[in-house]
Amino acid sequence: MKKMKSAYLLAVLAMLLVFATACGNKNNEGASTDGGKKASGSIVISGSSAMQPLVAAAAEQFKQDNPDADIQVQAGGSGTGLSQVSEGAVKIGNSDVFAEEKEGIPADKLKDHQVAVVGMSAAVNPEVGIKDISKKDLIKVFTGKVKNWKELGGKDQKIALINRPDSSGTRATFVKYGLDGNTPVEGAATEDSSNTVQKLIKETPGAVGYLAFSYFTDNSGVTPLSIDGVKPTDENVQTGKFPIWAYEHSYTKGEPKGLEKQFLDYLMSDDIQNKLVPDQGYIPASKMEVKRDAEGKVTKK
Amino acid sequence: MTASQRLLKKSNKSALQMEMRGKSIVLISALIIISATIAITIFLGTKGLQAFFNNGVSIYEFLTSTNWNPTNAESPAYGALPFIIGSFAVTILSALIAAPLGIGGAIFMTEIAPSWGKKILQPVIELLVGIPSVVYGFIGLSVLVPFLRDTVGGQGFSLLAGMIVLSIMILPTVTSIATDAMSSLPKGLRESSYAIGATRWQTIWRVLIPAAMPTLLTAVVLGMARAFGEALAVQMVIGNVRTLPSAITDPSATLTTIITLNMGHTTFGSVENNVLWSLALILLAMSFIFIILIRYLSSRRQF
Repeated sequence: MKKMKSAYLLAVLAMLLVFATACGNKNNEGASTDGGKKASGSIVISGSSAMQPLVAAAAEQFKQDNPDADIQVQAGGSGTGLSQVSEGAVKIGNSDVFAEEKEGIPADKLKDHQVAVVGMSAAVNPEVGIKDISKKDLIKVFTGKVKNWKELGGKDQKIALINRPDSSGTRATFVKYGLDGNTPVEGAATEDSSNTVQKLIKETPGAVGYLAFSYFTDNSGVTPLSIDGVKPTDENVQTGKFPIWAYEHSYTKGEPKGLEKQFLDYLMSDDIQNKLVPDQGYIPASKMEVKRDAEGKVTKK
Repeated sequence: MTASQRLLKKSNKSALQMEMRGKSIVLISALIIISATIAITIFLGTKGLQAFFNNGVSIYEFLTSTNWNPTNAESPAYGALPFIIGSFAVTILSALIAAPLGIGGAIFMTEIAPSWGKKILQPVIELLVGIPSVVYGFIGLSVLVPFLRDTVGGQGFSLLAGMIVLSIMILPTVTSIATDAMSSLPKGLRESSYAIGATRWQTIWRVLIPAAMPTLLTAVVLGMARAFGEALAVQMVIGNVRTLPSAITDPSATLTTIITLNMGHTTFGSVENNVLWSLALILLAMSFIFIILIRYLSSRRQF
């Protein structure tokens, strides 16, 4: 009996130890030199998986010029990025949505850096036979009021909706600006990654989904839809003619300093904005002729 | 070096000291495992209950409502019933396929063709374990889903697709445990059965299967536990819609797929995030139930 008791005590002690180590494991990033020529130190960036390739590519280039700097870019989703940056677990948190739009994030403590803009549109399987859709019809398609492409002048084919998850930034943007806030009905499938959505639209007869412009390449196998006659192109987004787009935000807790500031400045530099950003399928934030606030109000720049 | 040589090896430490050291290493390992499990349980418990106690989500609504819409700003709804039903449906359906196949394979390997059957079938089945679940999912998405769409109808994303993929994934678990169960039966059982003139089929059906039944059931339950927790492969083929399926060809969703789809997009501490932890708590509770069931089944084991 006595043995049991001491074993129990040991178990409790070990448990406390596990907890203590888990809680005490706060990140200690190396300090970086302020204002120096070459950047050094190390930071971790996390968040939006849509932004991850862009930021990772920029970090790669940055490291070539500054071999002493170590920048790790992790994906994990906009929610993760915003949470981690507001908790101080990472220095920069990437997000597809404004921090104000996410519940539980102290948006006033975060500083927004709009790195790029991404345009989105509905895309259909090429056999559907439709290239243009009015916003009214688009809402009808996604709310299930129209069930066959025939009703919109296309092929006699059942509509198969491919959704993104509830909390996805792409979905939020598409619902807000493409569907005027109407919730899409549950369709054929809900998929986590845009890659899978593209694959499904390409392979499923009658499929329709929504994707960022970067997925509309010549050999993507999907047909992007024009909305009310406006083509989903970078130019139309820049001039504010095409309504469905979102900022790609990099958030820092308070004013950035040290390596974070150097890297963010690098992201906004002409070098990255005019080359890497469009190469990756995004629209440079600097080229936008309109701007939008967290409430969704669009104004001329 | 043989065991006796190892035991007799001269050591400058006394045998008692070595004994103590061995004992403490083993004890510490055990304690770490136990405390990790307890820590996970406590963490998941507190995280999972937050939605109910801090955010005021109704437990009753959570478990019985079919309306799931946590991101709706005006009237969020947290009904997890479709996912609970989806999880149970794919688990039970895949067990219905995997159990006869796995136990049949085990009987083939132990009773029908012990020598060459085992030599071929065992590696083939063990190979299935090494395939990562994302590969199962991708094959399901690229081959099975279009195939089902063309043959049985619907959109292809369905309970049926999930059940087929899962049954292949849990087949090795079921088969290997069932094989162990069958081959650990005492030889005397078979011999006495044949001695009183029973045929091979009578021996298998009337003697060996009933004798191995508790372990065979354990094999099936372990397979079900694996199916219940599988996320990635199922997510790719089941469709992940939050409506209740009315037919086996309808798309559906499970607890795990909803968690993996939404976890990264939600922010820590938000209600949306907390209800996902509640879904995870249901999974943990279910795995406890599966373990209790296995303990109960194996405690009845007797020849």
